[in-house]
Amino acid sequence: MAMLEIEDLHVAFPKGKKAEVEALRGVNLKLEKGERLGVVGESGAGKSMLAFSILNLIAEPGRVSQGSVVFHGENLLELSERDIRGIRGNRISMIFQDPMVTLNPVLTIGTQMVETLKAHRKISDAAARKLCIAKLKEVAIPSAESRLGAYPHELSGGLRQRVVIAIALLTDPELIIADEPTTALDVTIQAEIMALILKLCREKDVALILITHDLGIVAEVTERIMIMYAGLCVETGPTHQIIQAPHHPYSAGLLKALPQFAGRGTRLYQIPGSMPPITALPPGCAYHPRCERATELCKAQIPPLEHGHACFHPIDQTEAAS
Amino acid sequence: MISLKGFITRFLSDPVAIVAGTVLLFLVLMAIFAPFLAPQNPYDLMQLDIMDSEMPPSWRVGGDERFPLGTDAQGRGVLSTIMYGTGISLLIGVGAVIVQGVLGVTLGLVAGYRGGWIDAFLMRLADIQMSLSTLMIAIIVLALFQAAFDANTYADYAIFMLIVIIGVAEWPKFARTVRSSVLGEKNKEYVDAARVIGLPPRRIMWKHILPNTLTPVLVISTIQVAEAIMTEAALSFLGLGMPTDRPSLGSLIRSGFEFIFSGSWWITLYPAIVLVMLILALNLLGDWLRDVLNPKLRRGDD
Repeated sequence: MAMLEIEDLHVAFPKGKKAEVEALRGVNLKLEKGERLGVVGESGAGKSMLAFSILNLIAEPGRVSQGSVVFHGENLLELSERDIRGIRGNRISMIFQDPMVTLNPVLTIGTQMVETLKAHRKISDAAARKLCIAKLKEVAIPSAESRLGAYPHELSGGLRQRVVIAIALLTDPELIIADEPTTALDVTIQAEIMALILKLCREKDVALILITHDLGIVAEVTERIMIMYAGLCVETGPTHQIIQAPHHPYSAGLLKALPQFAGRGTRLYQIPGSMPPITALPPGCAYHPRCERATELCKAQIPPLEHGHACFHPIDQTEAAS
Repeated sequence: MISLKGFITRFLSDPVAIVAGTVLLFLVLMAIFAPFLAPQNPYDLMQLDIMDSEMPPSWRVGGDERFPLGTDAQGRGVLSTIMYGTGISLLIGVGAVIVQGVLGVTLGLVAGYRGGWIDAFLMRLADIQMSLSTLMIAIIVLALFQAAFDANTYADYAIFMLIVIIGVAEWPKFARTVRSSVLGEKNKEYVDAARVIGLPPRRIMWKHILPNTLTPVLVISTIQVAEAIMTEAALSFLGLGMPTDRPSLGSLIRSGFEFIFSGSWWITLYPAIVLVMLILALNLLGDWLRDVLNPKLRRGDD
């Protein structure tokens, strides 16, 4: 049995008095111990929603309307508030996008780290501080001892994200969910932080769900990819396979849009149109208005996820090769 | 947040703040050390002599060196009663604000963080409370209290009653301020991060959100101390506040008011001057604090 199994997950938000719209429309996902999965898609595809629903932290008024999130045989969505708190930040940690805003501006780094430990362990202050210093050293923060007394605004963006990673690692979690961990950082720092996350995950055999819209990062770090569009998984499979031979036209479009695929001096490729808002999804395959392969069938029916892709007219290998 | 150093720099570069701060510090120290500094102890009936009553200030004809600002109708030195009275006024002001703060911050925090029907209920309660004037509530409760108990019991509990009544009547100001700050803070990512870490809601509210909402609380606290002292003075002036044997500034003004037409103006005038100075200093400091803590008015050198 897989460590984490998400089945048919639906997340709904109320629209008006009675109606609801779905931000996630039936997502399935399996993750083994130590496996690294990349979740890719445009803004609003439901990537972050997926991350928050794993921890049962969908913000009001949203709710998980259907499906299950089974972690080591336990459905996290059915746990009591108290029990799930024992899992959050303990066995499953999360790293957010912007370290400027995820650390509390009025508490010192040390306070925030010790607090995390104490929420999950019976540990003395002195022992907790010692462990915090050790973790800060693990994420390569120079003069770790003196940083404990620092406030977040005294650190640079890169250092702050290292602190956030150290907090995520404090309790030796089995799964880390990283929601665009490098998007808010300088380009030069991005690679460092990503390399650090990869190294730590490998060393400690920690599973990783990396949420991003950057296929380049996913290709370097992950073993498997899940591509999301409008609340559904449209393609999933081993990273190298999807990067080399995508089946779904959306995956192919995303790959084509990467700068490294465009020749020097040529215009970057762009998928025409934009993703529809969840309140106004087209019938059938949500991607069909932007898809050059779309037919009447695509407008009428939602394609099921089969053989790793949800498309009636997938790009097949021979065609891609030609 | 402003650093302590920037705070001191700003303070020292603002003459109004320096004057207000000095006046306040002077009055507070005077009140605290009244038992050592005051020429007489106005609470000690043995020291009072009816022959000393209604003496003018010492530099006027008929004045006595023992009473620099003259005496009142009971023969108490006006200077001594002011020193002790300032302490009582400050005690009531600060005490009432602590009650307001504890009630208001707690209820505002819960209303803002929990939202939903709890928020609606608490805020309607605040609306109702705000629509009843503080003075009106205080007058009704204190009048009932005075009628129900004898004068001695009343005198013993008057200070406690004033603190509680003024405190309870003014909680919505704190609650509304804190609630609106909490609404702004609770959707910030550090709150999400705290929830993801697995912290219980109580801890997130008190340890993570509350410190980020304290700036406006600090500002209204200062103003509210002035407000509470004024309310107490008004109640005392109406005869519903502190009893004459443990006078606050308000009851001193009242007790002298009866004699103002017989020429003993000093009994009323000096406590009134001190009261005005105290309120003015508190309000000026409150305004100054609001400007300093407002990030939009922040200067480069903080």
